[in-house]
Amino acid sequence: MRKEDAFNQRSEIKGRLIVVEGTDGSGKSTQAHLLYEWLLGLNYKVFFSEWNSSEIVKGATRKGKKRQALTRTTFSLIHATDFADRYERQILPMLKAGYIVICDRYIFTAFARDSVRGCNLEWLKKLYSFAIIPHITFFYRVPLEVACERILSGRPQLKYFEAGMDLNLSQDIVESFKIFQGKILRTYLSLSRQYKFTTIDGTKDVHYQQTLARKIMEEKIDLSRFRKRGAV
Amino acid sequence: MKQFLKNPLPTVRPEELKGKLIVIEGPDSSGRSTQIELLTKWLELKGYPVVCTGLKRSILVANELELALKGNVLSPRTLTLFYATDFYDQLENVIIPSLRAGFIVLADRYIYTLMARAIIRGAEREWIEAIYEMAIIPDLVLYLSVSPSVLVERTFQAHQQLDYWESGMDLGFSKDWFTSFLKYQRKMRLEFKKMEKKFQFEIVNANRTPKSVDRDLKARIARVLNGS
Repeated sequence: MRKEDAFNQRSEIKGRLIVVEGTDGSGKSTQAHLLYEWLLGLNYKVFFSEWNSSEIVKGATRKGKKRQALTRTTFSLIHATDFADRYERQILPMLKAGYIVICDRYIFTAFARDSVRGCNLEWLKKLYSFAIIPHITFFYRVPLEVACERILSGRPQLKYFEAGMDLNLSQDIVESFKIFQGKILRTYLSLSRQYKFTTIDGTKDVHYQQTLARKIMEEKIDLSRFRKRGAV
Repeated sequence: MKQFLKNPLPTVRPEELKGKLIVIEGPDSSGRSTQIELLTKWLELKGYPVVCTGLKRSILVANELELALKGNVLSPRTLTLFYATDFYDQLENVIIPSLRAGFIVLADRYIYTLMARAIIRGAEREWIEAIYEMAIIPDLVLYLSVSPSVLVERTFQAHQQLDYWESGMDLGFSKDWFTSFLKYQRKMRLEFKKMEKKFQFEIVNANRTPKSVDRDLKARIARVLNGS
């Protein structure tokens, strides 16, 4: 077996990685939050990791976005840097320590978003090849019109990069957002087959979706293994 | 015509890159900056427009990268990706526009140092080469080779102390800086030797005086300039 070094931390992963993915407005964050609260309430070893939350790289990302100084390649790389930091600092150690880790967005967000920006998808896959494939990837599927309606009614202030304005899809920020999200949705759908996403209909009642996801988790994972020691 | 390691950057057409990319590689204290200064003057005297670039100089992340190095808070993989961000920012914003405009770009280190550092720290060769697959293959790569013992002397002369990263202290070879420095530099040198064929470096003996190294470099560069 290969010796472990700073790069290759391949010792056994006892935990389970659960990922939620979907376009903006698919309701995935709500679902991830509810899954987390569920496991927490049952006194299981569980950890919640949000996209884009590492301190060190954040400053540079903010600066780049503010000045609109990012190209598709540096945009992708700076997010990969950020992800690697969070992955190696939190996600991987937690998985090794035997936690259930719930990720609100994972490498598939980068695959979809950056390939729509024009990065080579094969390159992106190699770039992120250090990250393990999740045990379950819930994909919250919502028709484009529904997702846009949810976002545009709730939060009318669209951000430049979120709306894909750097792609020159349209001068109108709302129109650009719609086209951009549509392209991302299509990419998700093709990733879905390849990475065996568990698709959940995001137009259904929130409680119904949650019950379904919990049932799937119980079927696929022996949850009792993750009970905290000393818990009743 | 310029070539890329594997795939071109999405918006770049190789045929419009009319300038020359000349890379000077080598460890700290191998004389890179002195030589680049001399070469710049020489080239400008001959009427060539010159742009100098190097690692950790991007507007985008140079400051943050410096902070991360000082605090030694990032994992090798994160650092590798941070350096890659810095590199591509300069590739797209400095190197490519300069080559389009017909400049000679003198690069004070390039992807090879970044790849060697990562590989020594355990990165998969395939992974690191994939990261840099959209880098331009230089017209000339000159590696200033200095034996580690000479390097130690020069470093002490210039800085009175060894540098943490150039001594590979993060690798835990030895708690003793001197021992670690020698071991790290030997490994880097070995890695560059391995890359020599694959990436077609020219290895320049830089144990010699700055003047004779200068003469050597100019002769090699002249060949590239006249060859076109």
